[in-house]
Amino acid sequence: MQRKPDAPARSDVLVSIRGLKTYYSLRGSFLDRLVGREAGSVKAVDDVSLELRRGEVLGLVGESGSGKTTLGRTILGLVSATEGSIEFEGREITKLSEREFRALRREMQIVFQDPHASLNPAMTIGQLVEHPLQIHGVGTRTERRIRVAETLSTVGLDPPEQFMDKYASDLSGGQKQRVVIARAIILNPALLVADEPVSMLDMSVRAKILELMLYLKRELNLTYLYITHDLATAKFFCDRIAILYLGRIVEIGPSEAIYADPKHPYTKALLRAIPDPDPHSSVPRDLPPGEVPDAARPPLGCTFHPRCPMAFEVCGWETRDLRDLLEARWALQAQERYEAEQAVMGDLTTLEAPAPRIRLHAGRGRTGAEMAALLEAVRDDAPDARFWTGVKRIVADGDHVEIEWFDPIPPRPLEAGPTTVECHLFDDDALAEAERRRGQRASLDAVS
Amino acid sequence: MSSGPVVSVRDLRVYYGTPRGTVRAVDRVSLDIGEGEVLGLVGESGCGKSSLGRGILGLLPEGAVSDGEVLYGGRNLVGMNAKELRRLRGPDLGLIFQEPMTRLNPLMRIEDHFRETLEQHESGLTDREIRTRSLETLGQMGIPPTRFRQYPHEFSGGMRQRIMIALALVLRPKLLVADEPTTSLDVIVEAQILGILSDLRRTFGTALLLITHNLGIVAEACDRVAVMYAGKIAEEGNAGDVFADPAHPYTRELLRSTISLETAELHSIPGAPPNLIDPPPACRFHPRCPSAMVVCADRDPVEQMLDDDRRVLCWLHGPAERIPEGGTEPLEREEIAVAEEA
Repeated sequence: MQRKPDAPARSDVLVSIRGLKTYYSLRGSFLDRLVGREAGSVKAVDDVSLELRRGEVLGLVGESGSGKTTLGRTILGLVSATEGSIEFEGREITKLSEREFRALRREMQIVFQDPHASLNPAMTIGQLVEHPLQIHGVGTRTERRIRVAETLSTVGLDPPEQFMDKYASDLSGGQKQRVVIARAIILNPALLVADEPVSMLDMSVRAKILELMLYLKRELNLTYLYITHDLATAKFFCDRIAILYLGRIVEIGPSEAIYADPKHPYTKALLRAIPDPDPHSSVPRDLPPGEVPDAARPPLGCTFHPRCPMAFEVCGWETRDLRDLLEARWALQAQERYEAEQAVMGDLTTLEAPAPRIRLHAGRGRTGAEMAALLEAVRDDAPDARFWTGVKRIVADGDHVEIEWFDPIPPRPLEAGPTTVECHLFDDDALAEAERRRGQRASLDAVS
Repeated sequence: MSSGPVVSVRDLRVYYGTPRGTVRAVDRVSLDIGEGEVLGLVGESGCGKSSLGRGILGLLPEGAVSDGEVLYGGRNLVGMNAKELRRLRGPDLGLIFQEPMTRLNPLMRIEDHFRETLEQHESGLTDREIRTRSLETLGQMGIPPTRFRQYPHEFSGGMRQRIMIALALVLRPKLLVADEPTTSLDVIVEAQILGILSDLRRTFGTALLLITHNLGIVAEACDRVAVMYAGKIAEEGNAGDVFADPAHPYTRELLRSTISLETAELHSIPGAPPNLIDPPPACRFHPRCPSAMVVCADRDPVEQMLDDDRRVLCWLHGPAERIPEGGTEPLEREEIAVAEEA
């Protein structure tokens, strides 16, 4: 394959993303649609800004539901952006028509996770790899066949004649992924989005595919967006890493900085969770509880706060956190004790609606005072639970209690050394506000 | 730590008939699982580890043939009739799968899953007893009692897997076989589930056969490890010992090619795992083995016991008297082309 001509005059930035939002609208009930009521939306990508420099490997790392795949697809125009801008080689591409985009796709290609599902089983390897050339009307048939053979050799499927007439089902998993990569690079793209390219492969094969991708990057001057949940492979592969959680970049910076000195509590948790084949390692026990919440109803404030071991007064405590607290307690209790407490608390479904204050009715025949006393007992059993930092006051009144939390403050991106992190722990204003709130709570406690 | 094995596997073979020939997925494997022990069974895809797990439980698909012995409570499960096996499965031998959603009935509440399981195997329980047992087991898995009457779709992937584990444990089995139980889960949730599984000995007294392709999981969660290659156990021993000083070249290479945060450079094993219809002769790893000797391509290796209660199937560990003259010379091979690789 020919090298791309060096063009130092061009900008150093290949892709520039500013304020990008990709929302999926939810389909409500039939009635909702009939009366034109919005069923809400999932903020899959929620205000992301980043730059992808020519020749770099940027890792988008997050768990399922983090929005990493949607972000990759929005850049490729496979999903349309709701708001914000994406510039590719200086050209705005979010408003392009499908026709205009098609020409651009020569410049940007994707490698999917599952090589078995990415290859049409009825096409030969030769046909599969030639297909993009046909679609874009490149060369004569003979020229195309030569190009296919060259590309197969480049990805290590050598000699190419041995593979041209085979079908995907004749190949091993690693060989299939090589075919997928050959198909992606045959148009000589500038950008390659690789969405979990090795996670379906056996351990003994992963390194080979990563090495191939690094080789291709050097040879063909490629820029990679490497989408993965695996911080271990990303460490080898990426120049910079962006950690995503519920559609937002919570931390971004050079790889060395992210691994040597992670700032965000979520990044720290992800790093600790990776299984380590060391003879002395054991299962980490101090990991965040729970899972990535439903992106259609994200937590208030910082969306990581319900799982965060460091969360405090300003992070956005609310109704659903109380439900989680009670449920975690009840899971470990004897049945009689749970039933007694549940009778006092009554119906918890009102806690489903996210809000920083609530009027909570006691169970049938119970009083607000009993409820407040129970909550006090819960607090005494585990006074260090982060939840209590967020509680402003609990007031019993007749058959209900009123619970108020401190108002949520959404975190903002802040520079912390070489990385940018979205966490109140690094925000002096938020820390000062938390201090003020602690004082406020103390004086409220003194009054009651 | 253990007092006699819960299950003893002796010379177990599991074969599948296919149009291309007979697949020898498990080829004369012997293995003991001690009481309350967590044994990791590790290997690459197609090495026969899932077939071994299923063979132990007598849960092989149609077209599979097994022979040898799986001894449980003095009885051989191989060849036992289906009805008897069904009675053992659940109260004695449990299984958890990779995809929790596909194993829960979407039309049944969680409560009904537990009711059905308990009524089937322990008749005569009252409603209250069923509820208490179920809630207690679910609680230990971190599922709150408030969610007992919900349907499977109302739970996240990690919670469904916790429910599946609880559903297996509510019958207090002696042995649980978990086949890639965390593969479809996110990394933090995976660690949560592994924590639960490695505690089973303490919380339920259950032994666990944990089948996985991830050596990191074995290192963290298992007492012992058996490394499987091409239908055979290449090496078995205390997990800490094996990871600190692997005796079989395959174990060593697999460890080196595992990418973790500590990995200093990328490494891979040349070639690809063999198909099990027509595996290489003698030692099945010899075509890929960097330490291969002349004897490795010529004679089947003989199982050797090492000092630290470890066994290994590799000529490097002898027995010297069985190696013919010149057998320890390095094996000369052609370079493995990338085309032959995975």
